[in-house]
Amino acid sequence: MLKARVIPCLDVKDGRVVKGVNFVDLRDAGDPVEAAAAYDAAGADELCFLDITASHEARGTLLDVVERTAALCFMPVTVGGGIRTNDDIRALLLAGADKVSINSAAVADRSFVGRAADKFGNQCIVVSIDAKRVSGPHEAPRWEIFTHGGRKATGLDALSFAADVVRLGAGELLVTSMDRDGTKIGFDLPLTRAIADRVSVPVIASGGVGTLDHLVEGIRDGHATAVLAASIFHFGTHTIAEAKAHMAAAGIPMRRDPSELSGAAA
Amino acid sequence: MSLAIIDYGSGNLRSAAKACERAAREGGYTGAVSVTNDPEVVRRADRIVLPGVGAFADCRAGLDAVPGMHAALDEAVSAGGRPFLGICVGMQLLAARGREKVVTDGLGWIGGEVRMIEPADPTLKVPHMGWNTLDVRRPHALLAGVPTGEDGLHAYFVHSYHFVPDDPADVLATTDYGGPVTAIVARGTLVGVQFHPEKSQTLGLSLLRNFLAWRP
Repeated sequence: MLKARVIPCLDVKDGRVVKGVNFVDLRDAGDPVEAAAAYDAAGADELCFLDITASHEARGTLLDVVERTAALCFMPVTVGGGIRTNDDIRALLLAGADKVSINSAAVADRSFVGRAADKFGNQCIVVSIDAKRVSGPHEAPRWEIFTHGGRKATGLDALSFAADVVRLGAGELLVTSMDRDGTKIGFDLPLTRAIADRVSVPVIASGGVGTLDHLVEGIRDGHATAVLAASIFHFGTHTIAEAKAHMAAAGIPMRRDPSELSGAAA
Repeated sequence: MSLAIIDYGSGNLRSAAKACERAAREGGYTGAVSVTNDPEVVRRADRIVLPGVGAFADCRAGLDAVPGMHAALDEAVSAGGRPFLGICVGMQLLAARGREKVVTDGLGWIGGEVRMIEPADPTLKVPHMGWNTLDVRRPHALLAGVPTGEDGLHAYFVHSYHFVPDDPADVLATTDYGGPVTAIVARGTLVGVQFHPEKSQTLGLSLLRNFLAWRP
């Protein structure tokens, strides 16, 4: 049986983790490769690097991070942030990424999703959707796509956009609620569920996780097949193992393989 | 012992190489793991790995675009009996044809075709993406010592199409996703895995060590 996935997400800027991570036994909490290795050993099901580097010049630094991570981590890695061309995707895949997450470029030109999927296969193309609720409290719920960290409205309806990019070839959607991101009050479940029920591909719920119950809700009530979280893991509030045990206890099928890996590759 | 990982412009070569290097080191093999697009290196290799990430037609075109590679593979693997491991689309290319978007010829080393997954349960998403267990149909050296079944280790899958061999005996293991989905095919010196051993942590590294030790 396919298991639900728990995905820690690391924000990387100029090759360093920002917002910081605070694990036990980590020499340098700002090194994304060390953080990735710690999550690998902890049994994370996948890892997400979000490159929030403003400058294009620092792209080489990211490729180096992905390369060093691939040498240490034997779990799937998705990389997002600033991906605009098939050449960008190829470079990341060659460095060791397994999937790429496309955001602004898909909003600016949806046909890019199709070109990327034709070249690299749908399974490799994640479209990241940042959405904000725009309907009033007594209206039927409606969400719009925002860019620039939630500051810029696009006028695009999140559900139609989701359906469009899946038709064009997105193999997975990463759905982040801009209303909930960073709040620790839980996912926007109606948003997650509306998109998950609308599309045929897997949906990753993101934005707002503060407790382990929120992870359960994302799968059970949001109909997501994976949950993404950052701070509850980075700051050691909960371990990956605790998250999985909690979700399993709530009746969600989880992978809990013993790990022989401890980032111990030479 | 030398292992050639075929570079044909497709696939997560670095991940595949790193996992094979680690498996070789742990298995005590001193030979080289090389990522190569040189048919001569393939002809001399003791073992061959064909990775693959992408669309079937694109991967096939990529393989054909490397001068002499198809012939070298035919010589070393099909005729020469060198142990061969195909990963994901690299496994699907073993088939006679693929039906991803367009109909494309595969290498045809194992009869059958690659078709879209159609889970019996319509709420199941396609691609089949994530960690799943293996249901083994017959013993094989590739799976020696690997716990399988519902309580066994998990493999990482990410695919919308799967290999349906003409001869069911070529299926070594399936995984359950609204019905059986082909997870491993095996015939003679050929094995192919739909999942990504290079991304499957404990199960994946065990399987790669077994591939290196395999004497078909």
